[in-house]
Amino acid sequence: MSVNTQQQGSPVVEVRNLVTYYGTRKILDDISMNVCEGEIMVIMGGSGSGKSTLLRYMLGLHRPDEGEVRLFGRDISRLGGREWQEVRRRIGVAFQGGALFNSMTVGENVRLPLREHTRLDENTMRIMSRMKLEVVNLSGFEHLMPAQLSGGMVKRAALARALVMDPEILFFDEPSAGLDPVVAADLDKLILRIRDATRVAIVVVTHELESAFEIADRITVLDRGRILMIGTVDEVRNSDNARVRNLLSRTSEDIEVDAEDYLQRLTEGAD
Amino acid sequence: MYPVEEKQGFSVVCLHGEVDLSNSPEARRTILNCLKKLRHVMVDLSAVEYIDSSGVASLVEGFQYARSNNLEFGLIGVSEAAMGVLRLARLDQVFHIYPSLDDRLGNGSRG
Repeated sequence: MSVNTQQQGSPVVEVRNLVTYYGTRKILDDISMNVCEGEIMVIMGGSGSGKSTLLRYMLGLHRPDEGEVRLFGRDISRLGGREWQEVRRRIGVAFQGGALFNSMTVGENVRLPLREHTRLDENTMRIMSRMKLEVVNLSGFEHLMPAQLSGGMVKRAALARALVMDPEILFFDEPSAGLDPVVAADLDKLILRIRDATRVAIVVVTHELESAFEIADRITVLDRGRILMIGTVDEVRNSDNARVRNLLSRTSEDIEVDAEDYLQRLTEGAD
Repeated sequence: MYPVEEKQGFSVVCLHGEVDLSNSPEARRTILNCLKKLRHVMVDLSAVEYIDSSGVASLVEGFQYARSNNLEFGLIGVSEAAMGVLRLARLDQVFHIYPSLDDRLGNGSRG
């Protein structure tokens, strides 16, 4: 477990009463949470819990149906293009599949945000990107193409790119997914090192319990689009909530069927 | 503009506050200007509250230039905030780091 177990600075991510729909189906239901400067918040839940959807709303990829998402105190759905760009350069995102550009080398991928957002000297940008590749243990791989990397290396390259602008908030989607346990554990240690050395707040979306317990200051447990609980690792481990316990013990639940809702889902739009 | 003090054969560049994308080009210019005058350089980081990668990259460029021109380049009074960033990139093992200029002049140990 990480050293810091309390909320640290002021909130940099605030989600307030977020409600979202996919068609008529409610995906997120009254989600409220915050993430503070220097904190590692893990958003945990099973498949279909809404954790990836929540991440997309935090990144401003969709506009909330109800409620709001605030980054650095600003409601992101109300920001104009230039204001959003200012916020965007203060956050880093490492996507689950890496989202590296296949036509660019690893080094070019990592330098891309610097080229887009700064006018730094070419030599400075090169040193900065190489420093980040050092941090993620990919030194010497900058000339390789993404297709030449292993799964773990792709994730680390994506992390280097997410970090290259020294973000104040880092979003990391499923860092451990698809990795062998040793590589996943190394990545967890790296996440902790980065947090400890910088001011960055880190939001990690994962379904991996072991990883969540290793890195989290606090955990938000999602289930069927609702927050079951928000707490420290110990609080989540010791929770009496039956659904939290099921999640921790990886027990599947029988899905309660709302007959009317079910029938409507099956027959909606049919003649 | 970052202040530069001439002491004991060194140009001491005093960085302070937050060194980030907005002012690291100025730090870079100040450091390289001193080196281009063929001065040995110590960068005082004791008043640095935060330094980002662009600031650290400026230090690396200074070190690289000094080595190519047989000049001395070191860091003094590295604040904890700056040291954390150097350690993350393992650059604490690359730079010549001294508690103070006096430590360097008294042959203080490389840290």
